[in-house]
Amino acid sequence: MPSLTMIEAVRDAMDVMMARDDRVVAFGQDVGRFGGVFRCTDGLQGKYGASRCFDTPISESGIVGIAVGMGAYGLRPVAEIQFADYMYPAYDQIVSEAARLRFRSAGEFSAPIVVRMPCGGGIFGAQTHSQSPEALFTHVAGLKTVIPSNPYDAKGLLIAAIEDDDPVVFLEPKRIYNGPFDGHHDRPIVPWSKHELSETPQGHYTVPIGEAVVRREGSEVSVLAYGTMVHVAEAARRSVGIDAEIIDLRSLVPLDIDTIVRSVTKTGRCLIVHEATRTSGFGAELSALVQERCFYHLETPVVRVTGWDTPYPHAQEWDYFPGPNRVGRALMRLMEA
Amino acid sequence: MNVLPLGLHIPEPQPCFGRADVSGSHLSDAGRVPRPAVDVEAREIRHLAYDLIRVLDGDGRAVGPWSGACTADQLRSGLRAMLKTRAYDARMTMMQRQRKTSFYMQCTGEEAIACGSLTALQAGDMNFPTYRQQGLLIAQDWPVVDMMCQVLSNEKDRMKGRQLPVFYSAREAGFFSISGNLATQYVQAVGWAMASAMRGEGRVAAAWIGEGATAENDFHAALVFASVYRPPVILNVVNNQWAISTAQSVAGGEGATFAARALGYGIPALRVDGNDYLAVHAAACWAVERARRNFGPTLIEWVTYRAAPHSTSDDPSKYRAQEDQAAWPLGDPIERLKDHLIGRGAWSEPRHVQLKAELDEEIAVAAKEAQSYGTLMEGTKCSPASMFDDVYKQMPTHLREQRQELGF
Repeated sequence: MPSLTMIEAVRDAMDVMMARDDRVVAFGQDVGRFGGVFRCTDGLQGKYGASRCFDTPISESGIVGIAVGMGAYGLRPVAEIQFADYMYPAYDQIVSEAARLRFRSAGEFSAPIVVRMPCGGGIFGAQTHSQSPEALFTHVAGLKTVIPSNPYDAKGLLIAAIEDDDPVVFLEPKRIYNGPFDGHHDRPIVPWSKHELSETPQGHYTVPIGEAVVRREGSEVSVLAYGTMVHVAEAARRSVGIDAEIIDLRSLVPLDIDTIVRSVTKTGRCLIVHEATRTSGFGAELSALVQERCFYHLETPVVRVTGWDTPYPHAQEWDYFPGPNRVGRALMRLMEA
Repeated sequence: MNVLPLGLHIPEPQPCFGRADVSGSHLSDAGRVPRPAVDVEAREIRHLAYDLIRVLDGDGRAVGPWSGACTADQLRSGLRAMLKTRAYDARMTMMQRQRKTSFYMQCTGEEAIACGSLTALQAGDMNFPTYRQQGLLIAQDWPVVDMMCQVLSNEKDRMKGRQLPVFYSAREAGFFSISGNLATQYVQAVGWAMASAMRGEGRVAAAWIGEGATAENDFHAALVFASVYRPPVILNVVNNQWAISTAQSVAGGEGATFAARALGYGIPALRVDGNDYLAVHAAACWAVERARRNFGPTLIEWVTYRAAPHSTSDDPSKYRAQEDQAAWPLGDPIERLKDHLIGRGAWSEPRHVQLKAELDEEIAVAAKEAQSYGTLMEGTKCSPASMFDDVYKQMPTHLREQRQELGF
């Protein structure tokens, strides 16, 4: 099996689907001729033609708006928002239109679209190249929100998203586009080729939306993470030597609550980790669900390690980013309690 | 240096044909505006964005290059559609007053635009309407009972009671699901038309927006995308002078026409008498032919007047004078088409009175049937269990659990 980076895996997913289904089209800013600022659509225009993969004006609302219209026509658009930080002009189209079209028309129309957006920090991206807005999507009925942590999942989940008949917000943590990042920014970058989950099958396969995966089995504490934080959590666990069970949620809505409950019921402790700001972040929903469903099994309060409730700073990147030290300390606190 | 003090300009609340016409756009005489070839370049017809295409003159005669060749049968059918739309509006407004539903919106005075435009489209084309194009359904004889059931949110409401009244959806009728969020559909129509072009399938999209909503971002987005990709879309702007209480001058209509918006995008624009059924039909046919022959988008500003309140929750006497409406120079679309047909010897006062009575009766009978399936306040509605359907194609676990929590 070839070893791919996240970028190559995302591109391969679109390549596979564009070859299989001529209704699949890809577009966004710099997506066509140039192949995307992160190279995720490199070569697709040359292979499938400009009417299948093309550049758009700089208008996020326009990009998602035409995707909704194309979806209603019967196409399978894969729209790219260059950075998740710039999705706000498209928020009306995503929330008021894509998410509700099936419901409000009682199934007459639907929006089988994917909106891809690079997200997350750890790259000195500061306020407008680092955000993790997933909670702004998970709060919206009618949307599916997906976030992969490795090339294998990225390809399988994106193919599943393109085939899904519901609108899917597909968040791509740009910090792990080229290699897994465990938060140790002072260490050399490790490429994906050294990681077993870069082994990506050729051709078509899917990773089902709505299924979490236990990355590491453990008995002492359950760690709920997604995206870059899966790798950070693993590094933190290793450094503090706690037998934590690490769950990569992969799909936030729909959420694989069974896997979470099974794990927390077993360990009696729960740590939630995300880059996004804390207040009303997705961690709050996870915490509430664990509290509701595992109350009598919990030996300690649920703990959240998240970004601070501030805009994402530039110079203070590593004080903001919830790195392995903070996660490790939280793990130890949980075990002491 | 002698400098005048700065002062913010707040437009006076006046429609463009009100006490003073400050937009610089005047009433063109009927028949005076030329009819260009459909492959014309936008820059060659810039003046059409400031003129007004009119066919019916003061005596009800069809004159000039846009007068076209509507048969008497076609025009009688248009008259019938407009009368039926007005009768429908009147009945539904009454039902709202009788508390059989929560809300209604009339299109009084604007019937010609939807009913006339529809005649230019074919099966397979798609309208992306606002909440004031009910004529698109009625003109194609879409069952009014079905529309009424939606307004009443009863057990036969195909939207299952989920949507505010008048937010219809009728895919078979080429009528896209209406959203409460203004302007969103405008750019979706462009995307739909792009899809048609990408598939090479020759279907056209008709986008609809009011002049007030042209201030929304998606109006601009739609024009940019239509300009760039030149898909087969007709960009309709219904300028009825009022956005709830706000006159068109506050939407930016004081300095330029809404048709003129298109010029900066290189999109051909027409400005048309929206109360002149013949002009509506001819302009819509021109734009649809352009689109169908791959010459790209057209923007049409339909100049009309919102004769009725904005909605059943609105009282226009609080913000506009009765004289303003009386001063409206483009008249009533139904009266004008009636006069034209009578002048042609193809219609008569007694036939008009009889048709109106027949349509009133038809609507009354339909209303009775619709009410027999329930109303918002009485009778059966869709089960609360159905509230959890169609959020997603397949119901996820968390929704299944919430449905159970509600007792289903």
